[in-house]
Amino acid sequence: MSGMMSGMGSVRSHNLGPADQIPPGEGRAFAVNGKQVAVFRLRDGSLRAVSAVCPHRGGPLADGTIDQQVVICPLHQHAFDLLSGCSTTGTEPLATYRVSLDGEQNLVLETGAV
Amino acid sequence: MTSVLDTPRARKTGRDPRRRLVVIGNGMAGARTVEEILARGGADQFSITMFGDEPYGNYNRIMLSHVLSGEESDADIFLNSLPWYRDNGIDLHAGVRVERIDRFTKHVFSSDGRVTPYDTLIIATGSRSHMPPMDGLHTPAGSVKPGVFGFRTIDDTRKMVAHAKEDHHRRAVVIGGGLLGLEAAYGLRSHGIEVEVIHSGGHLMSAQMGPDGGAVLRRSVEALGIGVHTGSRTTAVLGTDRVTGVRLRDKPDISCDMVVVAAGIRPNVDLAVLSGLPVERAIVVDDQLRVQDEDDIYAVGECVQHRGEVYGLVAPLWEQAVVLANHVTGADTSAAYLGSRTATKLKVAGVEVASMGLHGPELDTDEHIVFSEPSRGVFKSIVVRDNKMVGATLLGDSRKVAYLTQAFDRGLPLPEERLSLMFDLGTPGDDVGVAELDDDAQVCNCNGVSKKALAGAVRGGCTTVAGAMDATRAGKGCGSCKLLVQQVVEWAAGGAVEEDPAASYYVPGIPLDKPALMAEIRKRGLRSVSQVFQALGPGSAEDAKSKMGLASLLKMMLADQYIDERDARFINDRVHANIQRDGTFSVVPQMKGGVTSVQQLRRIADVAEKHKVPLIKLTGGQRIDLLGIRKEDLPQVWADLDMPSGYAYGKSFRTVKTCVGQDFCRYGTGDSTKLGIDIESRFQGLESPAKLKLAVSGCPRNCAESLVKDVGVVAVEGGRWEIYVGGAAGAHIRKGDLLATVDSPEEVQVLTGRFMQYYRERANWLERTYAFVPRVGIEHLRAVIVEDAEGRAAGLDAAMQASVDGYVDPWRERDDPLTPGQFRTSLPLTVLPQVPVR
Ligand code: SRM
Ligand SMILES: Cc1cc2nc3c(=O)[nH]c(=O)nc-3n(C[C@H](O)[C@H](O)[C@H](O)COP(=O)(O)OP(=O)(O)OC[C@H]3O[C@@H](n4cnc5c(N)ncnc54)[C@H](O)[C@@H]3O)c2cc1C
Ligand code: SF4
Ligand code: FES
Repeated sequence: MSGMMSGMGSVRSHNLGPADQIPPGEGRAFAVNGKQVAVFRLRDGSLRAVSAVCPHRGGPLADGTIDQQVVICPLHQHAFDLLSGCSTTGTEPLATYRVSLDGEQNLVLETGAV
Repeated sequence: MTSVLDTPRARKTGRDPRRRLVVIGNGMAGARTVEEILARGGADQFSITMFGDEPYGNYNRIMLSHVLSGEESDADIFLNSLPWYRDNGIDLHAGVRVERIDRFTKHVFSSDGRVTPYDTLIIATGSRSHMPPMDGLHTPAGSVKPGVFGFRTIDDTRKMVAHAKEDHHRRAVVIGGGLLGLEAAYGLRSHGIEVEVIHSGGHLMSAQMGPDGGAVLRRSVEALGIGVHTGSRTTAVLGTDRVTGVRLRDKPDISCDMVVVAAGIRPNVDLAVLSGLPVERAIVVDDQLRVQDEDDIYAVGECVQHRGEVYGLVAPLWEQAVVLANHVTGADTSAAYLGSRTATKLKVAGVEVASMGLHGPELDTDEHIVFSEPSRGVFKSIVVRDNKMVGATLLGDSRKVAYLTQAFDRGLPLPEERLSLMFDLGTPGDDVGVAELDDDAQVCNCNGVSKKALAGAVRGGCTTVAGAMDATRAGKGCGSCKLLVQQVVEWAAGGAVEEDPAASYYVPGIPLDKPALMAEIRKRGLRSVSQVFQALGPGSAEDAKSKMGLASLLKMMLADQYIDERDARFINDRVHANIQRDGTFSVVPQMKGGVTSVQQLRRIADVAEKHKVPLIKLTGGQRIDLLGIRKEDLPQVWADLDMPSGYAYGKSFRTVKTCVGQDFCRYGTGDSTKLGIDIESRFQGLESPAKLKLAVSGCPRNCAESLVKDVGVVAVEGGRWEIYVGGAAGAHIRKGDLLATVDSPEEVQVLTGRFMQYYRERANWLERTYAFVPRVGIEHLRAVIVEDAEGRAAGLDAAMQASVDGYVDPWRERDDPLTPGQFRTSLPLTVLPQVPVR
């Protein structure tokens, strides 16, 4: 579900569909441009997007447990800062993406050079 | 020795102006010294080449004891992984042995035929296990006999674990009852192996303590199920092509499948001897760690002899590494190593032993303070000379170890009331001691962390004890310094450390212990995890690590009043299946008491065929596991199975294993199968602080392994039933304690329920019954649960009944997913399953 695409230069925006497909406090994974991206809806409503595959041993991060700061991988409990992608438990960092809502409450993800 | 890859001539024409530093030995001393050199800007001065006999990066050798016992995984003990060497520009030859040094032309010759020039050389070859002379250690061909092990390297440890796990291997003999031998014995015991320790000394750990302490230690070691033979020498290893036993000088032969030789270590000095360096007991070095009479060769670690001493512990080598680095980099040419005072600690869970300095008085004027309480395994002995502590042995109670170690290391003046050295009388000395410690004082000897480094971590923002420990590795070796680490962190934070969350909180993110947390939840009428964070979290902040524990607690307390927020659950509990390594799930349908039927089997077979299930497996819990199911297929698999969940994924009531029992078995004295099924029907799915696994056996032959279950029931002669609680046979092995013997299956059900409810209300998050039962004590449990001494029985029974009544099979969610995309794949581009298909 790579969604619609618009934008200029090397930054591309992808419409991932309605935000309410992600329950509050959880994440869902999307395939965007050949990349796997996990998008999280925090309990305060804000959105975060990071790469969906744990750099440790490939765990599915969209299945992780989150709070306002971190996502914890379900396989071996490595934790990652949701904004910076940095691991707080000493493993490799995650790629991060910008994600926002458009006027129709759709998720819009940006990929490419920032 | 065929190729000369890098000659001195090449260097003249080469562009690298740096001096060439070669390090032989990539163990704890070699790698640490290089770290210290890098920390002093050594990368600008030196191009660094390292040779290590072991084909790995550098790992924490002392943790091998924990790897053997299964408390650590071998992957987690690496200090410097291979990329670390690359990132620091170090040319590491892993798996390559240096065979000779030419100190005149300044080259080292290694086993791969390489000849490497050096300007400065460091030898850090460590030690190896000593194999005392005895018959039959080797096969006629000259190799070590299969089944004989040393205990020194990660490879030794892996081989021992593999050997111990082969199921026909049941018995081991450990030669040597010192620190290493006891740690080896404990490690093997953790794999369920019967272990006998043979020690030539008169008592265990004879190098570290006197006979009185040794006698107390022996009782504690024997209580772990380890056999002890002191004053006994092994004369031969028996067996022709593999180990079958050992022969003792003065006792009958002992048969066994493996022998671990832990009878001391010998420095690796062959290389030095062959190369003409001065070697006595080890390589002789001066106070600069320079090899005697050499200008450019240094040595460090266990392979050195300094002022007549050879050390076998890590603390001295941290100090040596600092001095050596100061010299070769020129950072501090006045640095001198003057020797170390060493303290040791036994790393055997449940047997606390710390020892330092003298075992007993030597001069008439020495004071000797002794306390002995053998029945509790407690023994303390302290030797004082000129108001300084010169020796201590502490068994079974390590509360004062951190303080005493520092008093010993630093020669601190002692309190006049000597009793306070042994017991906490609110020693005022503690805090003062921390403030007064030198910045360079080593707090954690295992990982070489100084007071300064810890204080730095605290100032850098790690203001919890756990955080500072993670950041510096302090306290992560033998663990004996944890108390001191805590004091230093508190001191460095100037009182700004709140209490350590990990210590007493029920979950890390809410600063309350379980009773206080439950009281607040009740008082404020909180009904969901987010309400708890809002009301009780510091700054109302959520904490991911705390969610699952809170969800479980609220569900237990509130039953149907609980507001179930799915994000608070672990993924397993969101989709009612166990996540696998590739992101697929396993499905274990309920099969009460391990009893199945033609219809069930046929249905399972059909489902497995229809969904191309990669692996169908009988579990250790007596049911059938369908593994490798994609998340999105779970609802359909459940629908096709049309069986309830077996809860093989949750922190909850799991299974009741049964044996066939009375109806069929010629020994059965009770209908264990029926009782098992009844118990499972009643308590299915119940959430609890940790897993609950039960069993019912029809007679004391115990074919359902009832003695090692959270609750285990055994039918005994006369129609009676024994109920055991707190047993385990997983990561820990513990025989359950007898709670009661009752007359009817109905009573079994009542007491089982009451016990489990009490456990649910009182146990810490993730505290299995094998930890809970010994913590609160079986007498207390008997009083509350069987005798109703506190008048709580009716309340417990009612609370349990409410939970039982609230049971709903979670697999019903197949018809009506609870959240959007509950069963949507989380790895959209990965073709699952990736687990092998059998
Ligand atoms: C499936 C099964 C192995 C098998 O193929 O037989 C199994 C599989 C797992 N066990 Fe187990 N255990 C299984 C029986 C056991 C048993 C034997 C038993 O139940 O009779 C034990 C020892 C008994 C005990 O627990 O006291 C056992 C002791 C453990 C432990 C150690 C617990 C402890 O504190 O000692 C863990 C780790 C943990 O809980 O943190 C664990 C954890 C696991 C996990 C859940 C690993 C994890 O954290 O994800 C495994 C899931 C594998 C998967 O991908 O589905 N498993 N595990 C068994 C399921 C039994 C069932 O029908 O429910
Ligand atoms: C199971 C176990 C538990 C222990 N527990 C504790 C404890 O609790 N507390 C404590 O203080 N100490 C403990 N120790 C001791 C501690 O591990 C040692 O003091 C420490 O490892 C010594 O460091 P080292 O660098 O001198 O030697 P090592 O760590 O042995 O390193 C030497 C390295 O040099 C390599 N080498 C040797 N010869 C050559 C050659 N010719 N060419 C290339 N490479 C070579 C070896 O393969 C080895 O990797 C324990 C040891 C063991 C085995
Ligand atoms: S099933 Fe249990 S014993 Fe086997 S690998 Fe998994 S956790 Fe370990
Ligand atoms: S795969 Fe994510 S922590 Fe191991």
